[in-house]
Amino acid sequence: MVSKLKSANASAAGQIISRSPRQIAWRRFRRNKVGMVSAGISIVVLMLSLFAPVVCKILGINPDELNLDLIDSSGIPTLPNGGISREHPLGLTPGIGRDLLANLLYGSRISFLVAFLTTGLAIFIGLIVGIVGGYFRGRIDDYLGRFTDFLLAFPAFFMIVALSEPMVARIQETGIAQGNSARVIFLIFFLSFFGWPGFSRLVRSQVLSLRERDFVTAAQAMGASRKRIIFKELMPNLWAPVIVVVSLSLPGYLAAEAVFSFLGIGIQPPATTWGILLDNARRFVTVYPNFFLITAGSLVLVVLAFNLVGDALRDALDPRSER
Amino acid sequence: MPRFILRRAYFATLTILLVSIVVYGVFSILPFDPAALTCGQKCTPAIVEANRVKLGFDKPLWQQYWLFLSGIFLGRTYGAGSAEFTCPAPSFGYSFNENMCVTDMLAEALPVTINLAIGAFVIWITVGVGLGLLAAKFRGRYPDTISSVFVLLGTSLPTFVTGLFFLIYVTIKWKIVPLSLEGFTPITESPVKYLQYFILPWLTLAILYAAFYTRFTRATVLETLGEDYIRTARAKGLSERVVLLKHTMRAALAPITTSAGLDIAGLIGGAIITESIFNLAGLGRMTLQAVYEFDLSVVVATTILAATVVITMNLIVDIAYGYLDPRVRMK
Repeated sequence: MVSKLKSANASAAGQIISRSPRQIAWRRFRRNKVGMVSAGISIVVLMLSLFAPVVCKILGINPDELNLDLIDSSGIPTLPNGGISREHPLGLTPGIGRDLLANLLYGSRISFLVAFLTTGLAIFIGLIVGIVGGYFRGRIDDYLGRFTDFLLAFPAFFMIVALSEPMVARIQETGIAQGNSARVIFLIFFLSFFGWPGFSRLVRSQVLSLRERDFVTAAQAMGASRKRIIFKELMPNLWAPVIVVVSLSLPGYLAAEAVFSFLGIGIQPPATTWGILLDNARRFVTVYPNFFLITAGSLVLVVLAFNLVGDALRDALDPRSER
Repeated sequence: MPRFILRRAYFATLTILLVSIVVYGVFSILPFDPAALTCGQKCTPAIVEANRVKLGFDKPLWQQYWLFLSGIFLGRTYGAGSAEFTCPAPSFGYSFNENMCVTDMLAEALPVTINLAIGAFVIWITVGVGLGLLAAKFRGRYPDTISSVFVLLGTSLPTFVTGLFFLIYVTIKWKIVPLSLEGFTPITESPVKYLQYFILPWLTLAILYAAFYTRFTRATVLETLGEDYIRTARAKGLSERVVLLKHTMRAALAPITTSAGLDIAGLIGGAIITESIFNLAGLGRMTLQAVYEFDLSVVVATTILAATVVITMNLIVDIAYGYLDPRVRMK
């Protein structure tokens, strides 16, 4: 509202160009150098992962090829630095001599898939529950709130660990999916099942304060339908906090997938994820520390970049958070 | 106030009961025959049936749950005749894999986990609140920059990466903290061995949480510093020290205590990663082990226990909040 008034004055003066809130946020984001660099890194990593087959073709590396001639009898690459060479830019995985870069690229696909779908599903449920509770209030809100609190009381990590084996078996029994697909489905479903209450709390509190604002009252006074108020008045104002939370929880789920694979209850070999690679790295670390450093480093780099993008987005979208 | 406490306690008890029903129910409808998992390689249908009766898995589900629940208060006797054995109250079931009452297993694992959680808490609250205060006091200057780098790194390093790094480099490669071979030693017996066992796991957990608390403390303190009563305190001529440590910290204390309580509760139920990396014989590792072995009675017991700790801590924090923040009490 304020910006519109300002722009009206400005155009009257004929000097200052008016900007929409989105343009203002984009300008603020662009000025944040750390944020821009991290956004660049994140996009590059996502692209590399998305087009992993193409990238691997170009580099001439193959994730499944076993370079048995390049590892010795104990499974350690014979060349120095873990077999880093022109043919294998990041070296080889110990044991069976697969190309590490190719495995990181292919492994990241499952990790990203789980992280994105989990965040998407959790935010979707969180939005619906939060808007319904915050907008309609009263008894519905009471029940939803109590259910949310109830879910938050569960030790989520414990439950996921404990349910993994039996639940995966059940998914396989019903025939929806087999093997690692069943595990991916399990992870996405349960991570978002225990993840949405956090989102719905945030959305609810936002809706509670938004619905008291003048523009909502005005819309109501003009006789706008409930549907219009929710989709046209409330939703556009929810995007900013939602985008921020999404970008900050993505790295969390990325790490979560790695943790579960690492503990041996997530995706299973011979598929590759960052968690599986790290688990392998642990076994060979005394003789082959590069493997651990590269694998852990790439995970930390991506999580760090995502976190920084999230911080930058928050600074750009929420003027009150100025530091 | 007492009415409020009673009401909250009532709801907390109800929630615990509900959680226990759900957990028990979920694990019982899973496609596993708990009795079939009770005997090893030389298994015959007769033994399975005998075990089923012995452990009460032949009864309807609600009766099983009732036996489980009453076992917590009254103890539970399994089998009959010469093969009879009892898990005294509070009994959380019987683990066939370990041939032990689950309560005895919990009694072994719980001290490790509690020591882990408390030690990590002491480190992270000292570092986190201290660094957060410094960052707020020197806002925009170099202590603030240092603390923001720390926050960034701490929140971006997954615990299993930090933990593995400590284990691999500090213990195995550089041998700064030698590998603890004797397991858990109480601090009263040997402080050195106690530290050797816990110091790296503590640091692993503390780095993550300290980062969160630095950010949180900084934000809360900065917000409080903008309040009118802080200006009043300064106008009265109080020293900056008193303003910061007494007036500001008092207000920041309530939210920090709240999240600290919940985080400790979460740790008691969920330090699975740290415990399994450092091979600590705590609750998390025990649960993971039980999951691998399909030892359902252990899994059910630890899950319910973890939920109970979280809910109880929630209750305590709620009550404490009223005492710490007078503004809440007045409502």
